[in-house]
Amino acid sequence: MEQRIRVLVAKPGLDGHDRGAKIIARALRDAGMEVIYTGLRQTPEMIVEAALQEDVQVIGLSILSGAHGAIVPRVLELLRQKEMDDVKVIVGGIVPDEDASELKRLGVAGVFQPGASLNEIVEFVRSLVV
Amino acid sequence: MKPPAPTGTRPHTTLSGVPVEPLYEDAGLAPPERPGEYPYTRGIHETMYRGRLWTMRQFAGYGTPEETNRRFHYLLEQGQTGLSIAFDLPTLMGCDADDPLSEGEVGKCGAPVSTIEDMEVLLQGIPLAEVTVSMTINSPAAILWAMYLVAAERHGADWKQVSGTLQNDILKEYIAQKEYLYPPRPSMRLVTDTIEFAARHVPRYNPISISGYHIREAGSTAVQELAFTLRDGVEYVDWAVERGLAIDEFAPRLSFFFNAHNDLFEEVAKYRAARRIWARLMRERYGAQSERSWKLRFHAQTAGCSLTWQQPYNNVARTTVQALAAVLGGAQSLHTNSLDEAYALPGEHAAKIALRTQQVIAHESGVTAAPDPLGGSYFLEHLTAQTERAAVELMERIDAMGGMIAAIERGFPQREIADASYWYQREIEAGGKIVVGVNAFQSGDDQPIEILQIDQTARDRQWEKLKAFRARRSQEQVSRSLDGLKRAAAGPDNTMPFILDAVRAGATLGEMCQALRDVFGSYQESELL
Repeated sequence: MEQRIRVLVAKPGLDGHDRGAKIIARALRDAGMEVIYTGLRQTPEMIVEAALQEDVQVIGLSILSGAHGAIVPRVLELLRQKEMDDVKVIVGGIVPDEDASELKRLGVAGVFQPGASLNEIVEFVRSLVV
Repeated sequence: MKPPAPTGTRPHTTLSGVPVEPLYEDAGLAPPERPGEYPYTRGIHETMYRGRLWTMRQFAGYGTPEETNRRFHYLLEQGQTGLSIAFDLPTLMGCDADDPLSEGEVGKCGAPVSTIEDMEVLLQGIPLAEVTVSMTINSPAAILWAMYLVAAERHGADWKQVSGTLQNDILKEYIAQKEYLYPPRPSMRLVTDTIEFAARHVPRYNPISISGYHIREAGSTAVQELAFTLRDGVEYVDWAVERGLAIDEFAPRLSFFFNAHNDLFEEVAKYRAARRIWARLMRERYGAQSERSWKLRFHAQTAGCSLTWQQPYNNVARTTVQALAAVLGGAQSLHTNSLDEAYALPGEHAAKIALRTQQVIAHESGVTAAPDPLGGSYFLEHLTAQTERAAVELMERIDAMGGMIAAIERGFPQREIADASYWYQREIEAGGKIVVGVNAFQSGDDQPIEILQIDQTARDRQWEKLKAFRARRSQEQVSRSLDGLKRAAAGPDNTMPFILDAVRAGATLGEMCQALRDVFGSYQESELL
């Protein structure tokens, strides 16, 4: 029997707008994945620690505040330090095109901007874990 | 490009999923009262916009207090009639610009204000006696208000004359926007302190704007927005009455803030039902005698969550329809969103178009000529009655739970909203709801738009100013004032005079919030999916 995909959905930074994070978490769960939602105001350190403890294959970061430039590289760096390079990181939120390219260059597997469909995101997460 | 499948076979519903019949006829539902008459279904003034237009109040703030002050002057020059301050996330969360938690967020979503000096720069050259200023601040509202009052005092403005609005609605933070610092009860005590202080010392100021906007943005239906907001209002009234204030002493200064979403008739019905429910509550449940206590006054903002990243110019059309709903529904003030807000904070050009949209509605559309111009529409009167009934039922469920704080603690409104937002997203995925340019009429050749870039040096400049500010003040005075604040917070006294003392002594936002946190503790929600 196939193992269930484990995903950590995290909301870093000071922002509390969690509508998107909760919808994504629910959609991934409805698609049969094991979803752990961290809740609000998680530092990069807390997120990587949770990813380690929960043994997830994918981390989804929801950022709407424009703070992705400070937060995402730190998460990637911590993953490298802890030799968790196999954990894939995806980002959803308000990320301009040029920033999205930069995040991908740094190692983010996928960036989902406003209007992305749930189906698209679910399929992408599946494709990361095969 | 293929048009979406015909919708004829599907049952019609409002944006919030309420079934709509094929035809409405006269069901005797038109309100018997005239505009300006209790319970104000048709508006709180007899002449509505013939007498005076709504206040055009665009929410603005980014980068530094200096840049934000320049944007305020620009908006006033363009014909805006009120100001609305957007604070950045660190300020909203009670963090100074140099707090490690502020990293990457200074000036990004609003103006950073850590000190009384930042507040003075923000308001420089603004005629505070003529222009009312609204401040979107919640957990640290009492502190930012104290800074505002000290700044007004230094400008030579009399507190008895100063007018404006503090958002200060902490309940909707636990319910929807999640920018809370302290647990609900001490937070409610701070809100009650500001309501009491306003009633006694700043009588023309609206100490709270009870907000459904964020509840709707979090994905609620129109009925949930209305019911949760009005029930929050009941909670604030109960606390103020418990404090010993007479209802007519503070109720006239309670103001409201609603969303203006896409479904025009559903929204107009919501505003009309809101006035009717509130007027009856104030008169029947609380025995208010003053007509001013019965009248629900509200600000509206068009729905940020309706704006699309795809084909962003279409957002001007959405905003126009939504603004029209607010005006047809009798709003006292209005913010129209900019077309670029699915991308970033508004650029100057986009902000101007948003303001012009209001001016076109006000001066060209003719809808201001008669009060409640849709009154008597069979469809609208049906929706108004239905919305009122459904909202009152939901409010009664919260009464039965023991009030809004008890409901929040068991996660009730949070769960209702999460369910509604998930339903809506799945409707979009399934094509049951059409979003032009997103799940239908995609064109793939979207014109790029200009995006406001936040100057990356904003944080450094704020750091420098904060450092210099800390060096200039008397540390001893600051410590003494913070100790006084802690003692007041631990006891029964109103905290406002102590916060004002701390502001005058030069305590920063972060220091005052920490002092209160030492006494009140902090809040973490139990996660709900």
